[in-house]
Parts: sequence; structure tokens; C-alpha cells
Amino acid sequence: MNNDPIISVRELSKRFGSFVAVDRITFDVARGEIFGFLGANGAGKTTAMRMLCGLSYPTSGSGTVAGFDVMRQGEQIKRRIGYMSQRFSLYDDLTVLENIRLYGGIYGLTRREILRRAVTLLDRLQFRREADTLVGSLPLGWKQKLAFSVATLHRPEVVFLDEPTGGVDPVTRRQFWELIYEAAAEGTTVFVTTHYMDEAEYCSRVSIMVDGQVRALGAPAELKRQFAAGSMDEVFRTLARGAKRTE
Amino acid sequence: MGGFLSFVKKETLHIVRDRRTMMIALLMPVVQILLFGFALSTEINNIDFAVTSPNRTEAVRRQVERIAANPYFTFKGYIAPNEIDNALRSGRADAVAVFADDYDRQTAATERGEPAEKAVQLIFDASNPNNAAAGAGYMQSILLAGRQTGAAAPETRLLYNPQMKSAYNFVPGIMGLIFILICAMLTSVSIVREEETGTMEVLLVSPVRPIRIIFAKMIPYFLLSCLNLVSILLLARFVLGMPMSGSLAGLVGISLLYLMLALALGLLISTLANNQVTAMLISGMLLMLPIIMLSGMVFPIENMPGILQGVSCIIPARWYIEAVRKLMIEGVPFADVLREVLILAAMTAVLIGVALRKFNDKLE
Amino acid sequence: MAARNAIEAEGLTKRYGALTALDGVTFGVARGELFGLIGPDGAGKTTLFRLLTTLINPDGGTASIAGCDIVRDYREIRKRVGYMPGRFSLYPDLSVAENLDFFAALFGVSAEASRDLIAPIYRQIEPFRTRRAGKLSGGMKQKLALCCALIHRPSVLLLDEPTTGVDAVSRSEFWDMLSELKSKGISMLVSTPYMDEARRCDRIALINEAKILGIDTPQGIVSRFDEPIYALSGRDMYGLLLAARRAEGVRECYPFGEAHHLIPDAGFDAAAFARFLAGQGFADAVIRPAEAGIEDVFIKLMHHEQ
Repeated sequence: MNNDPIISVRELSKRFGSFVAVDRITFDVARGEIFGFLGANGAGKTTAMRMLCGLSYPTSGSGTVAGFDVMRQGEQIKRRIGYMSQRFSLYDDLTVLENIRLYGGIYGLTRREILRRAVTLLDRLQFRREADTLVGSLPLGWKQKLAFSVATLHRPEVVFLDEPTGGVDPVTRRQFWELIYEAAAEGTTVFVTTHYMDEAEYCSRVSIMVDGQVRALGAPAELKRQFAAGSMDEVFRTLARGAKRTE
Repeated sequence: MGGFLSFVKKETLHIVRDRRTMMIALLMPVVQILLFGFALSTEINNIDFAVTSPNRTEAVRRQVERIAANPYFTFKGYIAPNEIDNALRSGRADAVAVFADDYDRQTAATERGEPAEKAVQLIFDASNPNNAAAGAGYMQSILLAGRQTGAAAPETRLLYNPQMKSAYNFVPGIMGLIFILICAMLTSVSIVREEETGTMEVLLVSPVRPIRIIFAKMIPYFLLSCLNLVSILLLARFVLGMPMSGSLAGLVGISLLYLMLALALGLLISTLANNQVTAMLISGMLLMLPIIMLSGMVFPIENMPGILQGVSCIIPARWYIEAVRKLMIEGVPFADVLREVLILAAMTAVLIGVALRKFNDKLE
Repeated sequence: MAARNAIEAEGLTKRYGALTALDGVTFGVARGELFGLIGPDGAGKTTLFRLLTTLINPDGGTASIAGCDIVRDYREIRKRVGYMPGRFSLYPDLSVAENLDFFAALFGVSAEASRDLIAPIYRQIEPFRTRRAGKLSGGMKQKLALCCALIHRPSVLLLDEPTTGVDAVSRSEFWDMLSELKSKGISMLVSTPYMDEARRCDRIALINEAKILGIDTPQGIVSRFDEPIYALSGRDMYGLLLAARRAEGVRECYPFGEAHHLIPDAGFDAAAFARFLAGQGFADAVIRPAEAGIEDVFIKLMHHEQ
């Protein structure tokens, strides 16, 4: 396996007119890492994540995701990543199996392959009996776990998670993080944003964005030492209190 | 009262700030009137005609002049009988009037009441059947009216709309459609929007009776529709040149009644729909189609099968359109539309009653 | 009758068809108390708020706010409570000032009447008074919504997930504002899915699947966890988790941020366990006693329910 960083970003910027949404951010994410991408509302997280997913072009700077250039190879990037957001990820009016088939089809898996992976996925989540249940009628926590598994169905090299655990109960939240650990152990890189600062502690490394810039980068333990704080929540508040802009 | 006015103000701000919707609401009637009035009219325009007459007597020439003087017909000249087919095919003429060589004698015979051959034959290019049929009708009436003496000649006179201008018929229809669309659709969408965004929850939890909130909501839409009423009436009078010979006050009065009915309908829809798309679909499809198809706006009610005639009776637009037609085109006194007014008033009362019953101050 | 409690609920039950959204919920919020309702989405928090705000009627049980029954005296309640629903419930196309004026008119008061109450909050959004509410940041929106809920000087404030989707700094500021309101004697019921916000409340109720799991002060809730608990950490966190679960003497082990939390069976020997892990290839594993948090209690009570 190669040891190049799976995500590598240098001086990446995005301007909207005179507004600098993302201001020369630079960082690397190693393969298999769980990378927490934190920031206050309006700090530029979403814009930065869109650029990494090949959904929007940077104004300047450079970056690669899974070895492809974010400037020119958005399409190749999209094929190698998975994406899940709290707001939208599965169709409520399709059954569990129909959702799996749909996403497998979108990523060009063969029918046999989809079926094989669907069985593995359902077994792992102990969802076998719910295969023909409408996703809309599942409890929120189940949906989130399913959404994550579907987002990694095509074995992407990186999976981007946008606030994946909002509002789920503590037990399910832990099961969700176990899925993330498992994916990371199998070599998938996990790039995750969250408002739960205690969740930042699960990450191997985190970055904290303030006013479009990356102001802190490191393992949670390191950052807590650096800012002489007892928790990531304190680290975050120390940094974000100085923020000049709100959305 | 101060509270009530600030509701009205808030609602007005919603409308004014949503520029696009406001422009659509204000311009839609204007565009529709102009569209139906000019572009989509079923009336005939500019028929090129040629004449074949082996024997151009004074009477024939007079008849030809009479047709040519009509703005719908343009005289393209005399042609020989063997050129008729070619002229129609090539499109040089849409119609050919063929006068018999003994036209004078035949018309004289007809006038004496003696049996005679047909004196004139009209040949029309019927690739556009409406145009051809209507054109033939016009030309016939011109020819009939132009005969020496009118004594025994059957005379056709088109009442109320002597020029058969179809725009006249469309205006009441458009009014019936537009007011329902704007009032019912916009009010229902704006109420449902508050339910969707959660602001309705806060309003309900306040001590204000929801019914006041709802009425405050209707006022700006009512005013907006009044603005539309004014613009439609002005367009009808001065752009389409409609006579407006009936009672203007009666016309405005029945329109205001109809606006209230439309608002009540909007309120009722808002209690049935749980999101803006549904509200839009209900008011769009469920209201618009019956109005277009069954209210007499496009198809005459008398020509419908019995069952559809029955259905048309429960469509408010039918009564409104009928009343507006009478007032705007026929120019009858207000007393003659009393039946329609009463029916509309009863419908409004029922709709308001049902809507208020269904609308409660709980979320269930 | 002057009620002692600001909010009183007794066996409150609500069903939607076959689904029981709220099942026999009983609790009381004292006057001037900041009471937290902590639980995940779908636990029944919003249903409880809708019952208390008289938007829906219960299928069983009773409740009163400031002595007024939620079914019988619902009009009276609507005058006395301030309510902030879970979703952003202001008009995005109206400016900050217009929203405030509208809500003042809604309750038939002038915006001045509650100036002293909302001033500390309003001051923070005043620079944006002409900005449309839809263009405010998440934190600002919450502040404006709070101002609007306070405009008629309610004696009881009901806040349904006011901090969801808001960043940690704004959340912390929001709780500071609630503490200030509490000092002015306003009783508050606040729901949140964030367990870490529990410590900002006087008392909390943990709620899950339509039932209340426990009610106590935050310290009281934590002290209910009467078993030893260990924190387990190392480089390979996932491997460690799986290994710990295989080990004997471990009742439960679950991820808990930086370290896993491990709940042992009786007679657990941490040193022996560390040796076992070293034997499994986790020489760097660290195991040390830890203090239970509210989440640990929640998890324990959830298991207990099942």
C-alpha cells in the first residue's frame, strides 16, 4: 500500500466575490485515519468539504483526493469517495434493499455484486429482517447506521460524513462510531464534521477552522495539551470565541 | 385593532418581498387577457379573397366592394374560373366568391319569391376549418345584407357580439380563472407555508385567536386581487374595446363576492393540504381544470352532456362567468344576475362555514 | 389556587395510532427552576412540548402550567408561556426588528414592555436589526427566537431543542443567557439531545422511547452510576475494543471518545487485564479508573429498560 496522504491540500482557497470563504488551508490526511473537521457555523467547513468532494472548484491553491486533482479531476474523485450527510442520504419512500440497490447502481456495481454486498451489510447491521421495510419507518439511529453503510458500499477510499450523528441516542451513537472504527480499520479514510465536541475525541486527528482558516491541527490529546484545556469543547471555544465572522 | 393591522402589515411584507410571486400575480391577468384577446382568438382575420364573375354587373361590383370594405377580407382581384383551384392551392387566395353569370336575374327572381338557382357560390380553403367556417358565415351575411332590397331576404344578425369577437367571451372566463388562482392558491400556500416552517405553532400558542390571523392573511391577497380586477377591467375596456354597457357597480360587486369565495376556498384547501406542494397541486389542478373545462369558459355549457351540466352547477366560476358575461357583454341590469349573485353568496357562506369548522387552534 | 410548581405533569400519555409517543410521563418543574429534558430524537420530547403548549390534547394523564390545566384552561396558558419550537420559527423574509414587532403585536404588548428582560440578548443582535432573519447565522437566529419568545414576559419558558445544529460556542452562549433569565425568576423547560448540556440545568429528566428514565440533579444522576468504570485507551482503538469485549471479566465496553469505557464484572483486576491485553499485542494499552458521565448513566438506564 502506498503511504502518500489520501487527502493533501496546499493553500486551498475559495472566494465568492470579495468574501474569502476558505482562506489558504493546508493539511494532509493519512490513509485509514479518522479525521475530524471542526469549525463554528460559517467558518467555511462546508465550502472546504465541497471542494474536496469535487463539487466546487477552488479559486486558488492545490489539492489531491485519492491521488486526483481537485482542480481538474472532480469526476474521478467522486467515483472514489462516499458521502453521507445528516440532512439527506437515503430515500424514505424506498425500502432498505431498494436504497442499497440504487446506490450500488449509481456507483456502477454489478447486480450480483450489489446483492452480495447487501447481504453482508444487512448481516453486519443485523438488519436482515428489515430488508423490505421502508427506510422512512426505521428509527433515526438505524437510518444513520444504514446510511453510513450504504455510503461505503462501493468501498470508497475516503468517506465524507457531514454531521452524521445529530440527535441519535447514546447507545446508537456508539454503535455508529464502531462502524466508523471498523471502516477505518479496513483502510477507509473517514473525514467527519460534527458539532458534538465529545465526538471530536474519537478522531485520530482534528482540524479546527475559524474564519476560513485552519487554526489548530493535531491529535485531540495534543491539542488539549497545547491549549491547556481539559476537553475538546474547551479547545474549540478558546479558538472560536475569537471568530470575527458569523455566517 | 393595532394587533390586527400589524398582521396585515406582516402579510403584506411577505408578498412584497417575494418579488417574483408578486410580479406573477400582478402580470398574469394582464398577459392572459392580452394573450386570449389577440393571439389565441378564434376569430378570423384577414381572409384574402378573389372573385370569379363572368359578367361584372353593377350589382356584382357593389357586392365585391362591400366584402372588400370589411376589415376581415382583402380583395385580391378577379380571376377566371379555371384559375380557382390554383389560386386556393398556391395560397394566393383563401376564398373565392363565384358569381353566376346571370347574378342580377337570379337575385331579382329570389326577391320576387320565385325559385332560382344559387346566385353565388363561396369556395373556402378549409385547411383551417374554424377560419373557413367563420369566414363563410361572415361573407354570407355581408352578401345577404347587400342585396337590393331586404324585403324577403332572411337576415342573420349576430347579437351582443356583432363582430363575433371571441376575446369578449374570454374576458369573463379569464376573470373567473384568475381570481380563483390568485386568491385560493396564494392564500392556501401562505397558510401552509407557516405550518411547514413552524411559525404556525408559535402563532397558535399566542393568545390571539387564529381566526384573526387567518383573516389578516386574506386582506392583502384580497387587495392584490382588487388591483387585478381594476387592471382587467381597464384592459377590457380600453385595449380590447369591450362595451361594458351593463352596471359597472354590479360587475365590481359580484367580483368582490367572488373574491371572498376564492379566499374561503383557499382557507379550506390549507386545512386539507399539509405542505406547499400539495396546496399548489390542489388549487392548481383541482380548481383550474374544472374551471377551464366545465365553467363555460371554453366550451358552452348547453353543448355538454347532461351529467357534466349538472357538475358545472357546483363550480362557482360557472355562475360568476355567466353573470360577468351578462353584465359586461349583454349589458343587462344588475337585477338580471340576481340568481347568480344569490348562488355565489350561498356558496361563499358554505365554504367559509366549512373552512372555519375545519380550521382549529390545535395541531390535530 | 396558587400552584407551587411552574409545570406539573402526571401520567401524561399521547398515542398516534399504534405508536405511543409519550407513555405516562410524570415530573414537576419548580418555580424559577431550569429543568432539562435530555434524550435523543424520537424520544417524545417534542410531543411533550406540544402537549404543554396546548397544541395537542393528551390521551391520558393531566398537566398544568402555572396552575392552569392544559386542556381546560388552554387559552390562559397561551398567555403565560413563551415557546420556542424546535425548528426555526421566525419569518425569514422579515427583518430582525420586524419579527420582533410582529411578535409584540401578536401578544398585544409593545416591544418596550419587556425591554429590560430581552435587552442583554437583543444587544447582541441589534447591529443586525435591519437584516432579514433568514440571513442570520444559526446562533443569531436562536437569540432572535429567544427574544421573540420573551416579548410578553412569560412566567414559564418552553424551549424545544434550542441548541440543535448550532456550534459549540453559540450553544454555550445560549446557556449563559438561560442562566441569566433564571436569575430573573423565569421557570424553564429546555430539551436537548446533547448530554453535555445537562450540567447547565438545575435538574434533568432523561427521556427515551416515550418514557422518563430518571429525574435528578446532574450530580444526582451521575451518582446513580454505582459501579466501577474504567477508561481504556491505546493506539489501535478498534482492535482494543474488540479485544476487551472478548476478555473475561468485562461486562461491557463501548467507545467513549478518546478512551473506551469499560464496565467490569465483580472481582475485576485491572492489572491482570492490562497483561492480558499486552499478550494480545496491545502493549501500549492504558487502563485507569474513570468517572461515569451522564451518557454512561443514560446507556445503563437504556439497558435497564430493555
